[in-house]
Amino acid sequence: MPDTALCRDTGGVVDQRRPDHAVLPIECRRVVVGRSGRRLLDGVDVSIDGTGLTVILGPNGAGKTLLLRVLANLFAPDSGEVRWAHLRPDRVRAPKIGFVFQKPMMLRRSVIANVIYALAAIGMPRHECPSRAHEILGLASLDHLAGTPARLLSGGEQQRLALARALATEPEVLLLDEPASSLDPAATLAIEKMITTVRGRGTRLVLVTHDIGQARRLADTVLFMHRGRIVERAPSPDFFENPAQAAARAFIEGRIVL
Amino acid sequence: MQELGAAFAEAFRLVATLDPNLREIVALSLQISLAAVGLAALIGLPLGAGLAVMRFPGRGVLVVTLNALMGLPPVVVGLLVYLLLSRAGPLGHLGLLYTPTAMVIAQAILVTPIVAALTRQTVEDMKEEYLDQLRVFGITPLGMVKTLLWDARYSLLTALLAGFGRAVAEVGAVIIVGGNINHVTRVMTTTIALETSKGNLSLALGLGVVLVTITIAANAAVMALRVSARRLAYA
Repeated sequence: MPDTALCRDTGGVVDQRRPDHAVLPIECRRVVVGRSGRRLLDGVDVSIDGTGLTVILGPNGAGKTLLLRVLANLFAPDSGEVRWAHLRPDRVRAPKIGFVFQKPMMLRRSVIANVIYALAAIGMPRHECPSRAHEILGLASLDHLAGTPARLLSGGEQQRLALARALATEPEVLLLDEPASSLDPAATLAIEKMITTVRGRGTRLVLVTHDIGQARRLADTVLFMHRGRIVERAPSPDFFENPAQAAARAFIEGRIVL
Repeated sequence: MQELGAAFAEAFRLVATLDPNLREIVALSLQISLAAVGLAALIGLPLGAGLAVMRFPGRGVLVVTLNALMGLPPVVVGLLVYLLLSRAGPLGHLGLLYTPTAMVIAQAILVTPIVAALTRQTVEDMKEEYLDQLRVFGITPLGMVKTLLWDARYSLLTALLAGFGRAVAEVGAVIIVGGNINHVTRVMTTTIALETSKGNLSLALGLGVVLVTITIAANAAVMALRVSARRLAYA
């Protein structure tokens, strides 16, 4: 079944693919988040639009994950604003922003039921869900595990399922929060292959990582964060060959950046 | 001492031979308690899950009240239900006093806060884990309640079991609203109380054995179910 087979007959549920449910560009302006007198995000301005894969790179504690959560409307900033397609974020458009967490949350259900849940969330008629879910699981090479309880999968399989489940809602943009940070090289490769496939389909991707190698392999554009600020943004080759900021240069060279 | 031994022997004979009188009392007890737990589940599960998921003014007071109601004294509940259902009471015209229905109502009132409070705690714990993912899917609060109730189903069996334990072992409320009428509203606990006061220890002991066995069996069944659910990572 092609992607367009997602049915428009939604039984009263909002069809998430209508243009008025677009979320791009995702923007945040002058976003500030503070805790205990420290600014975790310090006046961040960013706009995610177009195509390709943006890597948000930086050391631990730079504010990368927090920024991703703010963009997805999972965290309300102390000040500043977030806009999806120039409008305030809302629940109806939420499924158009896929999110893969560092630690995948698996529903206490089978592998296929996890995907079906996501399909039902966008209003797919119940009888169409199983075949579409099998298709999506095929993308993650998990079809043979469809009936297995999701929480019994290995870490790598769970992350692939989380990615597949996120794709089930046909997101316009997919936010990935260090999806391979706790995985072995083989599992990381599988995740990166999936990410590359998704990028090839035209889905906008934003990947948070502190893995320089992964950033080099995947990034079209790099946003480098340090101490709650985006201190550098550049096309990937430029960033890695000639970083403008000292902190970025130190990070790329593997020196300790505090 | 000999008398006690004879009573035990007679009690086991009653149980072993499935004495019709004993069977009738046990069956009525189970019917009433299971109905009460069913009713409490219908109210308590969504109520507890709703309190876990939704945020509104006064929620904290409701949660504290619900927790406090877990310790409702059965005789007070019995008295209140009696006043409601008695001929002069607001629901007296229904003619429910001294019927099994009145006993179900009384037990359900006792059990609902237990089911709701334990559900709230269980669902709230799970919500912490699920919330971000469900928000990403754009799930409504009502959808979250449904999802969390379903995914917590094995854990919630413990809440229902606690409710059943309270219902089946309860005597104060059902004796007031049921009246302990032979072949009509006589259940295990009220019979044990009556027969003990009459000195008929064998039937009281026999029912005691059945009551304890039922409680242990229910606990064992739920534990087995939870163990198998945990093995499948569903609990």
